[in-house]
Amino acid sequence: MTNVAVVGTGHSKFGSRTDVTLQELAWEAVKQALEEANVEQKNVKYFSVGNVGTWSAEPLPAIVVGEYCNLNPSGTMRVEAACASGSAALRDAYLAVKSGEVDIAMAVGVEQMHQSPNLTVVEMIGRAGNYFWEFENFGLTFPGYYALYATAYMSKYGMKEEDLGKVAIKAHHYGALNPYAHFQKEITMEEYLKSRPVAWPLKLLDSSPITDGAAAVVLASEEMARKLTDSPVWIEAQGVASGTANLSRRTDFTSIEAARIAAEQVYRRAGINMDSPWKQIDVADVHDCFTIAEIVAYEDLRFAKRGEGMLLAREEQTYVGGRIPVNVDGGLKAKGHPIGATGVSMAVSLTRQLLYRAPHKSMQADIKNGRALAHNVGGTGHYAYVTLFSTRRPGT
Amino acid sequence: MISEVRETKQKEIQILLKQLDGLVQIKGLPIFPEPKTGNPLWADVRELDLRYQIPVKKVTRFFDELGKGKIMATKCVKCNTIYFPPQDDCPKCRVSGLEWVELPVEGELITYTIISVKPPSFSHYPDYVVGIADLGEVNVTAWVQGPKEKLKVGAKVRLEVVKREPEGYLTYSLRLL
Ligand SMILES: [Zn+2]
Repeated sequence: MTNVAVVGTGHSKFGSRTDVTLQELAWEAVKQALEEANVEQKNVKYFSVGNVGTWSAEPLPAIVVGEYCNLNPSGTMRVEAACASGSAALRDAYLAVKSGEVDIAMAVGVEQMHQSPNLTVVEMIGRAGNYFWEFENFGLTFPGYYALYATAYMSKYGMKEEDLGKVAIKAHHYGALNPYAHFQKEITMEEYLKSRPVAWPLKLLDSSPITDGAAAVVLASEEMARKLTDSPVWIEAQGVASGTANLSRRTDFTSIEAARIAAEQVYRRAGINMDSPWKQIDVADVHDCFTIAEIVAYEDLRFAKRGEGMLLAREEQTYVGGRIPVNVDGGLKAKGHPIGATGVSMAVSLTRQLLYRAPHKSMQADIKNGRALAHNVGGTGHYAYVTLFSTRRPGT
Repeated sequence: MISEVRETKQKEIQILLKQLDGLVQIKGLPIFPEPKTGNPLWADVRELDLRYQIPVKKVTRFFDELGKGKIMATKCVKCNTIYFPPQDDCPKCRVSGLEWVELPVEGELITYTIISVKPPSFSHYPDYVVGIADLGEVNVTAWVQGPKEKLKVGAKVRLEVVKREPEGYLTYSLRLL
């Protein structure tokens, strides 16, 4: 099996993108990625499309995107792993190249959530989990699911509202610098504390927004990557795991088990020290759909011990210059969370970080190890994808 | 009643549809400017109503017993696993036709949330508390009812059959003791 590299990246502006259709939005990212990689559509022998849909009209998004972007007749499929659909699309294209079946593939993530009213979107995301036993009768919402984790974490470790506020403030700080971000303004602790509850203890400013956006990456085999670029970013390892559909079938609401398992797979495959992985990684994007999710991610990725994730936030250790910079592109919270695009967006942000191409110099992490980590969770720990990107060729 | 809940919603939709009809009469097209940006949007003229019909044959006993005031789980006699939500297959032992057992009714709240931004299909209820309780061998997700001052992690709760109003159907909830 060959090594696989990212050789081109594309990213649309995230936000309320009612100025374009789903396929027009995808094209913004696909075009940029093709140009960066300097490849023709006809050479992209396979493409996967991460999209959850239902709030947008097209039921066959991979086909609609394929036609609009002139990617036909290469093979494709739409990939669904809830909020991790982007990473799942990346995985699908990665495996197509890794297996040796194709030498160039593309992963596209696209979501247009503003084709439906916000409350319809609240309903559709709330239904994700176990529809019959947990939604039909009890009306859980996406923030509601994560609020169950926030309540348990606060109760067990004495986390304060302000600790969650710190995560939100950091996200908006970097979002304000990122030209692709949905929210491009800073927030204060006072604004955070005053924002209205959506699912106690989570507030509006704990939550990622309903966003439209697209991202794309071109992947190539080692042989092809050598021809296309002097600066390939390798997919060094990927870990995947799943969790129960019913939250009631879980016992611990202070950690996402699937994310821990996926992270361990990656660390083992890449030979990363499990005790202090942050020492070998320069920057990370973690799945902060809600502020609590970022704190739990610090622990699931072993950037902090169990119960100490909130201290990383409190001590501002995840800004550029801290123990490990996390979500310095604004994260889902400020960059936005177009469900199916998020995982691919992480791949784009991290590839650019490793190549010293962050959109603003204050967002650029110091790259010493040449490694960046993406943590993308679908649903509430229903799916977990952890991907390690590296400037060093795997196996060297 | 389920039909009354729907009628209330339909009235809101009717107002929107009337506006859309007016628009089509004036412009000859269902295109309107988005209030915030002015971006032209096409209002879908096709409607899809979604109300699923979900098979419950293998767990019918659960619903029969609700009518008698009991909340049941299933148990695999081979490996002793208790399943809640109930299911008739034990995938570990690959056996079917599990035994029905009554759930313990007393437990402790492990976590909870108060839903203020509600899905449209729940918008007719006041803000509700959803919690997960540990009943010993299994956990149960349900609405938590009772005085707010008693609401905390570790609170004692009792699982009970209740009628969900205004729909008027049987379900279960956790009552704070
Ligand atoms: Zn069994």
